[in-house]
Amino acid sequence: MFDSGSTMHPFFALFFQAPKQLVSLGAVDIVVVALYFLMVLGIGYYLKNFTKTGEDFFMAGRDMTSWIAGLSFVAANLGALELMGWAGSAYQYGILAAHWYWIGAIPAMLFLAIVMMPFYYISRTHSVPGYLKLRFGEPARLLSAVSFGFMTVLMSGINMFSMAKVMQIVLGWDLNFSIWVSSLTVAGYVFFGGLLSAIFNEVLQFFLIWLGALVVTILGLYETGGWSGVVHRIHERFPGQDYTHMWKGLGSFSDNPMGIHWTGIVMGLGFVISFGYWTTDFLVVQRVLAAKDLRSAKMAPIIGAAFKMAVPLIVILPGLLGLAVLPDKLVAESAQALNPGAHTYNDVLPLMLARYCGPGLLGLGITALIAGFMSGMAGNVSAFATVWTYDIYRAVIKKDADDHHYVNVGKLCTVLGVLVSIGTAYFVMQFSSIMDYVQQLFSFFIAPLFGTVILGMLWKRATPAGGFWGLLAGTLSSIGMWAWVNQVPSALKYIAVSAQAKPMAENMYRALWSWIICVVVTVAVSMMTEPKPEEDLVGLVYGATAIPSEGDLLWFQKPIFWAALVAIGLVIVNIIFR
Amino acid sequence: MHDHGRIPIWFFIGVLLTAYGVLILGAGIYGLWHPAPVVLDEVHIGIWWGALLLVIGLGYVWRFYPKK
Repeated sequence: MFDSGSTMHPFFALFFQAPKQLVSLGAVDIVVVALYFLMVLGIGYYLKNFTKTGEDFFMAGRDMTSWIAGLSFVAANLGALELMGWAGSAYQYGILAAHWYWIGAIPAMLFLAIVMMPFYYISRTHSVPGYLKLRFGEPARLLSAVSFGFMTVLMSGINMFSMAKVMQIVLGWDLNFSIWVSSLTVAGYVFFGGLLSAIFNEVLQFFLIWLGALVVTILGLYETGGWSGVVHRIHERFPGQDYTHMWKGLGSFSDNPMGIHWTGIVMGLGFVISFGYWTTDFLVVQRVLAAKDLRSAKMAPIIGAAFKMAVPLIVILPGLLGLAVLPDKLVAESAQALNPGAHTYNDVLPLMLARYCGPGLLGLGITALIAGFMSGMAGNVSAFATVWTYDIYRAVIKKDADDHHYVNVGKLCTVLGVLVSIGTAYFVMQFSSIMDYVQQLFSFFIAPLFGTVILGMLWKRATPAGGFWGLLAGTLSSIGMWAWVNQVPSALKYIAVSAQAKPMAENMYRALWSWIICVVVTVAVSMMTEPKPEEDLVGLVYGATAIPSEGDLLWFQKPIFWAALVAIGLVIVNIIFR
Repeated sequence: MHDHGRIPIWFFIGVLLTAYGVLILGAGIYGLWHPAPVVLDEVHIGIWWGALLLVIGLGYVWRFYPKK
């Protein structure tokens, strides 16, 4: 392996600059990482010949198979911070963290597939704000598009900074090097091939994430002697603490390390946050809209859900294995100053990679982290380009240009989006505390949006005014509640129902309240205003729309059959790890 | 095998996994004589994992080869 102090070309020296790092890459590892960069850029360049029209660039030609759309759907969410952050959460909170992958994802993904997808698909919308335009009119679309565009670019920059920070800590890479090389690579392949390129690369990245991270799980289970060995070792090393049950300690806020009650998990996470994210966040929904037909569009989230349910194998289990086998105890970021030299919870995945992976495999593991970052960022950038071009630029600035013009605007947006993200990354570098605030706020734009979309799809009486004012009230109330607790900490007992609630629990309840406010305002305003005529709701609302047949399918080819199987799997894993 | 004349993504995946398989298998074999300072090095996971990647990669290349 190379050492940090080796004499080498200045370009390669960037890989090894920081004095303290968790691992160092050998020559084989660097070749593995470099091949990955070449491949994603090559795929983007190759696909530029297949993205001539707006439908190609923004919607990947709407000809993706269910497998490609499904894997891309789940990969866009599998960012590196997701991998490392949730592995760290598993070390900190135990198997409770798996709620974010199971009840906090699977029901919503299945609901998207079976209930919501037909309306998104039949309406032929380009985006979620585009659906709001068709259902509620221009004001609701603009409100949703502007908040989504703004938050997406901001989040992309924050993730970029976080990833660069991780690479600095893990590998000693220079921050500027990580930010520019990774983001320009993403900009390059999305610029060339649009959503098609983003989706193709996400499928590739999905494979790499799994193949890079699964080694840790397999060797960890081998070392500990299987799941029972993991449980035994954790109990032995952390007596009196319950890290291995998902539901047992959720009867009270004080009986579990998250400080959360089961109502927060079920209603806040399992219902509002999860349904909001998986059914209305355009970053993920865009992948499914690119499916080639309605059956593929319904199957894609189901395939995604099946893989999502398995993701704890490469995220949560490595965190738990860290509890079982790592000789030193990890600490919270906030406690690191008191324990100089100690590693933090978020270091658990790189530490496990370094523990088991020799030359080549280490490069594959690091490639998995980089692939995760890029899939998340490409998701942000391609979604931003579509929403900006179709829902802001074409709606407000230039309504009657030709298709070629909008493709060029989309390409320009891709580059500008990345540059703004880079700017945000440097801004965050100066004011790192804003990172936590923005990440919290983002998810709460989503909660009221879910209220608006679901009422729009399922309730014919919802009116354009109701949709707009409900969305605005929900969004403002979510920001207001956050600001209230921030200024007056004692307000926590009202927002989160208990003064003992931890930040995670507060987030759950705030999302729930903002969703309720959105729904109540939408219903109240709708009852006082004129509804749209029923003929205007065809293709948009349940009860006014004839859902097209999926074709002459055998029972095992029907999406509902596979959705039921995944749902049964969800029940089983929750019973096993209860 | 082609979607609208495009080379399917599965072929690209096959090519990359094949290359990774060769590299990781090679590094694993090299490790038989030059052990890496990692836990469970005696399992030689690099050899197994490299071989697995190679098999998956070649399988995808064969199945989705553009000229086929």
